[in-house]
Amino acid sequence: MLWYIFKRIVLALATIWLVITVTFFISRAVPGGPFLGEKAITEAAQAQLEAKYGLDKPVMEQYVTYLSDIVTEFDFGPSLKQRGRDVVDIISDGLKVSVKLGVTAAVGALILGVIFGSIAALRRNKLVDKIIMVVTTAFVSMPSFIMGSLLLVVFSSILGWLPANGTTAEGLILPIITLSLYPMAYITRLTRSSMLDVLGQDYIRTARAKGVSGWRIIFGHALKNSLIPVITYFGPMLAYIVTGSLVVERIFAVPGIGRSFVSSITDRDYPMIMGTTIVLATLIVVMNLVSDLLYKVVDPRINLE
Amino acid sequence: MFTTKKLGKYAIPSMHVDLDQFIPATEEEKAYMVQMRPSSTFFKDGVKRLLKNKVATVCFFIIVIITLTSIFLPMFWPYSYEQMLGITPGRPVDPSYNNLAPFEYGSTEQELIAAGEKVFPHIFGTDAAGRDYFIRIVYGTRISLAVGFFASIIVLIIGMTVGSIAGYCGGKVDLIIMRIVDMIYSLPDMLMVILLASVLSVSGLSQAIEGTALAKIGANIISLFIVFAVLYWVSMARLIRGQILSLREQEYVLAARATGAKGSWIIRKHLVPNCISVVIISTALQIPNSIFTESYLSFLGLGVNAPMPSLGSLASDALNGMSSYPYRLIIPAVVISLIVLSLNLFGDGLRDAFDPKLNN
Repeated sequence: MLWYIFKRIVLALATIWLVITVTFFISRAVPGGPFLGEKAITEAAQAQLEAKYGLDKPVMEQYVTYLSDIVTEFDFGPSLKQRGRDVVDIISDGLKVSVKLGVTAAVGALILGVIFGSIAALRRNKLVDKIIMVVTTAFVSMPSFIMGSLLLVVFSSILGWLPANGTTAEGLILPIITLSLYPMAYITRLTRSSMLDVLGQDYIRTARAKGVSGWRIIFGHALKNSLIPVITYFGPMLAYIVTGSLVVERIFAVPGIGRSFVSSITDRDYPMIMGTTIVLATLIVVMNLVSDLLYKVVDPRINLE
Repeated sequence: MFTTKKLGKYAIPSMHVDLDQFIPATEEEKAYMVQMRPSSTFFKDGVKRLLKNKVATVCFFIIVIITLTSIFLPMFWPYSYEQMLGITPGRPVDPSYNNLAPFEYGSTEQELIAAGEKVFPHIFGTDAAGRDYFIRIVYGTRISLAVGFFASIIVLIIGMTVGSIAGYCGGKVDLIIMRIVDMIYSLPDMLMVILLASVLSVSGLSQAIEGTALAKIGANIISLFIVFAVLYWVSMARLIRGQILSLREQEYVLAARATGAKGSWIIRKHLVPNCISVVIISTALQIPNSIFTESYLSFLGLGVNAPMPSLGSLASDALNGMSSYPYRLIIPAVVISLIVLSLNLFGDGLRDAFDPKLNN
């Protein structure tokens, strides 16, 4: 067990290192520096700017400096576009909004998904089950940007119930719904199939034979065991929410980390691109690790390797 | 059936068959023995199972219809995806062609109609630059499908090569390849895709391909293919390696080897046929995934090059005029969802039909 945990942590660290390295060299390989977009900049001024941000040094030296700054001080350097602000500050500002968005969406998806999944499993092949399955199939095959756009059209353009702008608390409702629909649908299907699996087990039959009531069987015996596969979905769900938030924040103009990532790509703001990628990637890698380890802790039957 | 001979006072049954006791079978009895149906192959069995699955069959026809439409319709359609109808050489731009509602006509077309001529209708109207929106949707569907299909083929080729090398060689080669696969696998794919796509689309790629046949496809789509080639082969490689590893140890392979079969024979007769269904199924399921990714990147502005539409970029463009022209968003949205949904359901049907072992 300990050896397994150790191996997984090493793999996670290697992945994060790979992300940093790949990101660094990719963003340095791009022609056209970050200052090209601005009008009328003399060569002397550009050289001065490059010297100021250390862009004139050899790439390997920049890489080593960058890596050691991250490891020792968690410092991603200053943003090249938003003058006078550090990347860390921009990211943490954006994260405050994005985390609120993401966590609410994840929790909502989890609760509703488990409820709907259990209902579908218990009413198997009845009308309710069929409706739930059709709706979740539709949600699963709809890209997040389309879901977001459609919700925007319906609820804010046509009905006018909710604002289209995600800067206010009320405006976050639509982005949260958009982000949570796909994971919710997925969790619903996951819960349904694992619940059906569990309900066919012998110990459920035993409980039933003892005369345990239907609801107690579900909450006391079936639910706990059928939630195990859902735990493995935590990591992928977070990855979905992170990438989904890029488009969702664009659609609803939410001032989160996703929007600043997209705009930093078009601005070619190297430190910002790298910083955001690294933070988000680390988040995903760590969540994947946690969900895999949790899976093992919750269900000791699972064989490592 | 057996005759008994008297030997002394005991009747001993003899093993000698007395043919006189047999009578020829009647025609009716003969007909009873005839095999009722020809022997079935694995492929035929699979197709039969697939056809029984109504959802998958319907989805298959939807895909075929959409594909054929997107390939052949632009050949007959009187408008093209990049032609701005308001612009005629030597005349000022006619703005009456921009943002037409469905089945409306521009000013010169209305004159033609008034003169009694027939004008082909703009079924979905035109976009902000006066381009026929229906043909843009059809063309966008073609691009999305093509990207999905070719990306999956690229993934298949790379994944199959690497996976079979790892599986067949084993040992150190396998170990090294699998560690690399592990690392790429645990990379957050979408972030890396965005990063690669954003970098490749501005790097020297467009100059490098200028003048070649690739220039017509556009640098962005090629960078998209590169992204798929770099990142998405890993799960395919894992799958095929696992298949080969388990198949190599099967008894029938051992039996074939014991009877003196050569390596090439084993690969051709045992490994490939047993692998192929899994490979086809996961390729089929990779297509909607690639379409998904392409539309996602197009939506972020990292997909196809400008005048060329893809379903994602059409949806992205429509976002700006969304309150006035919601249908321009809804149409590509519906088409994309329909394609992805039918491909997914068809892929599931394929899996159920052709790979009973994989059933979950």
